Order: sequence, then structure tokens, then C-alpha cells
Amino acid sequence: MNGMNENPLDLLPEALLAASAVIGLLLGAWLPRHRQWMTGALAAAACTAGIAAAAVAAAGPDTTAFGESFSVDPVTGAGRIIILAGTLLVLALAVGPLHAHPRETEFYVLLQLAALGALMLAGAQDLLLLAAGYLLASVPAYTLAGFRKDAAGTEAALKYYVVGAALGVVMLGGITVLLAAGRATMYPILRAELPMASAALVTTGTIALVAGVLFKAGGVPAHFWVPDTVQGSTAPVAAFLTTVPKIGALVALYRLAAVPLADTAIPWPGLVAVLSAASMTLGNLAAFFQRDVKRLLAYSTISQVGYLLMPVAVVGATGLDQRALLFYLAAYTVTNIGAFAVVCALPDAHTIEDYRGLARERLVLIASLVVCLLGLVGTPPTAVFLGKLQVFSAAFDGGYAWLAVLAAVNTVASLFYYLRWIAPTVSPRTHRHAATGPRTAAGVACVTATASLALGVLAEPVLEVLATPLMP
Amino acid sequence: MLTALILLPTAVAALLMCVPRTAPRSVFLTVWVATAAAELALTLAVWAGYRPDGGMQYETQVTWIPSAGVSYHIGVDGLSLPLMAMTSLLFLACAVYALRETRRVREFAALFLFLQTTCLGLFAALDLILFFVFFDLSIVAMYFIIASWGHAGAHRAALKFFLYTFLGSLALLLGFIGLYLAADPHTFDIVELTGTNPLAGRSLYGALVLLAIGVGLAVKTPTVPFHTWLPPAHTEAPTIGSVVLAGVLLKMGTYGFLRIAMPVLPGAWTEYALVFVVVGVVSVLYGALVAMAQTDFKRMIAYTSVNHMGYILLAIGAAAAVGTGEQARRLAVTGAVFQMVSHGLLTGALFLLSGVLYARGRTYEMAAYSGVADRAPVFAAATGLAAFASLGLPGFSGFIAEFQILAGSLGPRPVATGLALLGILITAALLVRAMQQIFLGPTRLPALAPGAAGPFPDLRPHESAAVLPLLALGIVLGLMPRFVLDIIEPASHQVLDLLAR
Repeated sequence: MNGMNENPLDLLPEALLAASAVIGLLLGAWLPRHRQWMTGALAAAACTAGIAAAAVAAAGPDTTAFGESFSVDPVTGAGRIIILAGTLLVLALAVGPLHAHPRETEFYVLLQLAALGALMLAGAQDLLLLAAGYLLASVPAYTLAGFRKDAAGTEAALKYYVVGAALGVVMLGGITVLLAAGRATMYPILRAELPMASAALVTTGTIALVAGVLFKAGGVPAHFWVPDTVQGSTAPVAAFLTTVPKIGALVALYRLAAVPLADTAIPWPGLVAVLSAASMTLGNLAAFFQRDVKRLLAYSTISQVGYLLMPVAVVGATGLDQRALLFYLAAYTVTNIGAFAVVCALPDAHTIEDYRGLARERLVLIASLVVCLLGLVGTPPTAVFLGKLQVFSAAFDGGYAWLAVLAAVNTVASLFYYLRWIAPTVSPRTHRHAATGPRTAAGVACVTATASLALGVLAEPVLEVLATPLMP
Repeated sequence: MLTALILLPTAVAALLMCVPRTAPRSVFLTVWVATAAAELALTLAVWAGYRPDGGMQYETQVTWIPSAGVSYHIGVDGLSLPLMAMTSLLFLACAVYALRETRRVREFAALFLFLQTTCLGLFAALDLILFFVFFDLSIVAMYFIIASWGHAGAHRAALKFFLYTFLGSLALLLGFIGLYLAADPHTFDIVELTGTNPLAGRSLYGALVLLAIGVGLAVKTPTVPFHTWLPPAHTEAPTIGSVVLAGVLLKMGTYGFLRIAMPVLPGAWTEYALVFVVVGVVSVLYGALVAMAQTDFKRMIAYTSVNHMGYILLAIGAAAAVGTGEQARRLAVTGAVFQMVSHGLLTGALFLLSGVLYARGRTYEMAAYSGVADRAPVFAAATGLAAFASLGLPGFSGFIAEFQILAGSLGPRPVATGLALLGILITAALLVRAMQQIFLGPTRLPALAPGAAGPFPDLRPHESAAVLPLLALGIVLGLMPRFVLDIIEPASHQVLDLLAR
């Protein structure tokens, strides 16, 4: 350890986001209501600058910050860019519905703080920082879930909070146990110490720790909050909650698997493989007969976590895991936010029946929806297809062929409910449609659908960057 | 050139979508027919420039995603060229047939043009992922065609079609990943995989990969027991949707066996060829028997497809019996390819004719019609011709195909071939019976539903223009098959060489 006086520029993306959140809060205090959008613009600027800074940092040499507790390596770099890009998209979704809202500034500030928490999760190389990131990603998100202050929103926030608080405590307990076992919270030290510690302690601690991370990821068995929270909160918040914290959590899980737990005796791959199988299967089965589109998407995100856990299960057993995870994360972020953008653009359409016949009136919007939903299925040439190709290959290569087969079967099952949503859009119309939503949301839907296709077709440069190995 | 051939329809489709929907219907239809005609002309140009001595020609390879082992690699040889030509012709026939279409013509034309890209692209693809991309996109396009333009139960049928074939495609994908990981360096390139034979000597791995690929292709083909998606999809699809589904999409499965399964997995294929022979014979007999039990004309034709695809499977399974006469096995493989082309033309024609029947009477029930030949002699003659050609009467392309398949398979697999012969008998019986019921006897037409076309008029010009060329080509291929066989034979020779490794 070389002290805490390191180069603060290593944390530039995080610092930018934190600074813009604080400035935004102050700014919002004296800006008139119709000018509050400026805090949103500031947040967008911070995200954009953060992406640029993260790209520059990713191109540079690997390093650590915060006294080696935060790692700045290609995985963090990719995680940062995906998180910030996702946040940017969500900001765009929020612009319309929140314009001149009494608590507009608060919304942007909370969003930035939650995104900052996700950034900390992605880079954390120390269990305590991981815990801090967990809290930072969770607490503002609880508030966001209940932002609308109506019955559904309150229920959403409450469920989210109760599950989050409970699992947060479990996670802290796990960290304590791991500290007892490894006599440190720093990943590199834990990597050396944990293999020699009591297997029971390590296993207990790891399971408790993973419970917390899985809550952020929204994976089985910590998924109970997802459907109610997503249905109860507003569509832009739902888009955020099902995407951005997941990215941080999955990168954190990957790092846990790759560094501190790499040499321990716990049957880690088996454990993650079972969690992955459970997530995709339960998510899909529960989504089957959902009529509410937000609820359907909520279950779909649970199943997506299952696919995302596949490369985590085979960390180290194959050369394909890191690239597969990061590419899938990027693809998922674009596609999932795209699907939610369509929901935002049609604020009066709540159930799949409300989409009947819309293809004739809103061809471009529905085409975006079809691209995003088929993208979530993994139809080529969208980005998620390539992501699936990679995670399947990684699972195969890592000796988990059964998981790949199960994932393929699940993909077919998932097709059923996505098609239940797509099918009515091309049916003849039965009733007139009410008002249309914000134009920006429709724009975001179109952009993300295009991006999903572009990322699938022009994936080469992205894949090449993502293949740079993780810092040892 | 090949890239232009593949991408032109999609480019035109994109342009069509930019034209406002309010533009006159004829604009969309004219552009559609013109594009399909241009595609046929391009295909013929490719054919004219093709040297019949075999080998891959018009190859283009562009790096696409090298770090995932994927490239844009296309080319044609004797297996793909006849199928591409048949595809272009069928799509032109469809476009001509659809000239009277009134429902959402812009989207209809755009979807069909897009579908044409996926079909041509699949037959030209020399990269497994490219193959898979076209394979899946064809399912997506066909889903929307069935769901949006189909008959009453179209949504269910479309969903079933999508779920089944998508499950098949994912099995296929797992098999492809298995091949990718087995090759060193990892690659999805078909030519490279064919050359290196990565699974030689790894019998369990090879068997599993063949199982995945075999199931995937069998669903698409479809063979018993994976055929259950086919009858509802065909019955509910709009007429030209059925034409493409039966004429082209089914060939993707059998083509995949010849292009991927046999050359890349020779060891596993020869080991398990008997399975394919058995599945083939069961498909032949079961398809024919179930077709016999149908009262619905279109459904009956759909089941005869199961029967006809069964012959192809029998042939390629029999061809793996190494040690028996090389000449016979080559005959079987050539017959299989010829059968794909012939079935495409004849079933395409039959489905178009069933569409004509439906347009007049609003039902496919054969019992609702009788003595139609009096009212519509040309229609009756065309249907008769198509039916006889389809059951394999000498002088038609179906005869050449079935003769080659059966003669080639008899040596290696005598019992199976003997059983498959019964299939021809049953098909002949059921087609003749259907003809008799609809066209002969006292004139009786279904009570007209609202929107039906009045008393039974004969083939209209656009219908004749779509159907008759297909039948004419069926006869030309039956009388003078050499110009196609000359192209297929070197390729089937090559497939067998690869299999003998």
C-alpha cells in the first residue's frame, strides 16, 4: 500500500458524477422550476465527460486508486462506459415526463448518486468499498422507486427497501465473516489468504456476500423486489433499476470470482451455475402469462441475469469469459433500455392488449420495439445475439455444456412471451389509441434499436477492446 | 456480384418503407415484381458465369468479427446454385401472383423482399454464423407474414411455427458452437471446418454435435417427429407465404445436411447414417399416410412435403454407406439435390393453385367442391399437371429426382428403399383421389361467403403467369435434366469424397 495520496484523476468519471450531483443539488435550490432542466443537462454533461475520461483511462495502464481498493483496469473501464451510457439514456427518457416537475432536480441528483454507486460496485477491489458502493447504489434507488408518491410507487419503494436493507445486512455479515477468515478486505490479500482459511467460514461468508450482490443484480433468489418495484415505479426509473445497478453488480461478482475466490475450495462455478440456471428459468416461467408490459420486462430482466451469470460461472476456466460478460452487458443495457423507452413513449399503454394494432400508427416506434424484444431473445444480427453466442461459447468451453443447453431451451421459452407482446402490434386495431408520450422517449427507442443492431453487426472493435485481460 | 444479388431485395425493401403508405398500390407491386425479376436475371447471370466443373465460385470473404471467428464468407457451388435459381424463380412467381393483393401492400412487399435476401443469403453462406443469421431472419420474416396476412388462426400457427423453428435454430447454434470450439484456431468458417475435419477421432463429441445440428435441421426440414408445426403454418399462411415456406424454407434444412452436417462431421455422419435413413423412411410413409387422411386440400399438400423431404433424408443417409457402389451413392446425393429443386417448383405451383381455389370458394375443404373442371378447365389442367409431376410421373422433374434417389439408395439400403417405394404409391393414390373429388363429377361449388369472387372463373392472367412457368420448368427439367445435373454432379461427388475421409 502506498498511502491514500494518489492521483485523483484515476477516479475522474466517479468524481465528475459526484461533483455534478452536488452542484446540481445546490443549483436546483435556487433555479426557478421551469429552469431546473439545467441540472439534468449538467448530469448529462457529467456522464458524457465521464465516458470520455473512462475511455482515456481504459487506454492507459492498469492502476489502482483509493489505496488499492478501487481498480482501474479494462473491466472497470468497460463497466464505467456501459453504466454512464445507460445513465445517459435514462436521463434522456426522463427529460419529457419530468419537465418542470416540482422535484425535477432531486430526481437527477438521485439518479446520479445511484449511478455513482454502480460505478463503485464495478471498480471495488475491497469488500468494504463494495459495501459502500452497495449502499450508495441502493439508498437513492429506493427513493427513486417511490418518486411518484402514489400507492403503487410507495409499495414499490417499500418492497425494494425492505429486501435491500435485509440483504444489505446479510452482506455486511458476510464481509465480516470473510474478514475473519482472510484477515483483510483487500482482494489481492484475500486471494492469498482465503485458500488457507477454514472452508466453512469462507463458504458462509461468500454466500452471504453474494446474496447482497445478487440483490443489486436482481437475480434469483434475491429477485423478489423486481416485478413489484418495476411495475410500481415510473417507466424511466424502471429502466434505470433494471439496468444500471445490474451492470455494477455483475462486474463486482465477476471480480469477486476472478480474484479473491479464484483459488479457494468453494464449489464456486457450480454455485453460480445453479444460480444462473434458476434465474433464467424462474424469470422466464414467471414472465409467461404477464399482461402488464412493465411486469413482463421485469421478469425478462431476471432471466437475463441468468444468462449474464454464465460467464461468471466459468471465470478462469476459459479465455472467453470476460469478453462474453462485458459484451453481453453492453448489449443488454442498450436493448433493455430500448424496450423501456418504448414503454415511456406510450404512457397510456400498460398491457400488451394496449399495443394492439399500433404497428400501423407508430411504425418506427413499433419497429424499434420489435428489434429490442427480438434482441432480448437473441435473434441475429442484434447485439444480444452475439452476446449469447459468446456466453454460450464460454459456458461450453468452461465445461458447462448443460448450462448452455438449458440457456438455449430458456431462450426458446422466452420467445413465447416476447411474441405475445409483438403479435398484437401487427394485428388489426380494435380501439383508438390515446395520447402519445414524449418525443425524446421515441427518439431514444429508435436510437437504442439502431445501436443494438449496429453493435451486433459492427462488434469487432468492441470485442477487441473487451478482450484485454483483467489485472492479476 | 453475389453480394449484390443477396442484398438488393433488402435495399429495395428499405426504399419501399420510405415511400409513404398513401402512394398508389401499383407502385409497390410494380417495384416488387421488377426487383424479383432483376433478381432472377442476376441469378441467371451468375449461372451463366458458373463453370460446371465444380468447386466454390464467386467467393467473397470479408473479415467481420475476427475475434469471434466470424467472417462474411459467401460463394456458390453445385449444391447452392440450383437452389438459388429455384428461389429467385419462386419469389418472382410469388410477386406476380400477389399483383391483386390489397392488404397493406407496402409492408407485404417489403417483408417478401427481405425474406428473399435471407433465403438467397442462406444458400450462399459459407460461414456458420452467417448461415445462422439468415436462418433466423427467415423465421422472423415468415412469422410476420403468417401472423399479419394469414387466415383466421394465423396467430397461433405463426407462434407455433416460430417456437418450433427457433428451438431448432438454437439446437443448431449449440452444434455450431461445438464445432467452433473444436476447431483450432476457433473458427466458424465452413470451408475451413470442412478442410480440417476438427472432430475426427472424437466420437462422443462428434455424436453430440451431430445430434444438435441434426435436430436443428430436422425441425426445419421437417421430418417426423418434428413436423407438427408444418400443417398449421401452411394452412394459415397466405398463399405465397406457403409457397415460400414449402418451396424454399424447407430446403434450408436439407441443404444444411449436405452443406454442413455431412462434410464437416464425416465420421459421425457415417456412424449414425442409419438413423437418418430410418427417419427418412418414416417421414416418407407417415407423411403420405397422414396426407391421405386429410380433407383439406392445402393441408394435404403440406403433408406431402413431409413425404417428399423424407426421400431426401433417405438418400443422404444411404449415401453414407461407405463400401457400397460409389456410383449408386453419387446418384442418391444428386437425386437429393434435384429433388429439392423439383419439389420447390412443383409444391410452389400446387400451393399457388390451392390459393386460386381458396380465392374462388373461400375454403380448402375438398368435399365442398366437385366438377370444377367444367367451369375452369385451365385451372384443372394445371392442377392435374402439378399433381402428376409431384407424384413422380415420368416426364416430370419429380420422376428424375425420385428415380435417382431410389435407384441410388437401393443398393446400400434395400429394405428402406423398398418401404419408401410404397410412399410413392400412397402419394399417387391421394393426389389422384383429390383431383377426382375436386375436378370431376357433377358441378358443385361452396356456398359463397361474403367477399368471395363469384362464380368460379378460370385462371386469371396474373395467376397463370405465376403458375405456368413453374410447371413448364418442371416439365423441362423432366425431359432435359442434364443442364442442371451437370452442375449438381461434381458437387455431389465432392460431398462423397469429403464423407469418405
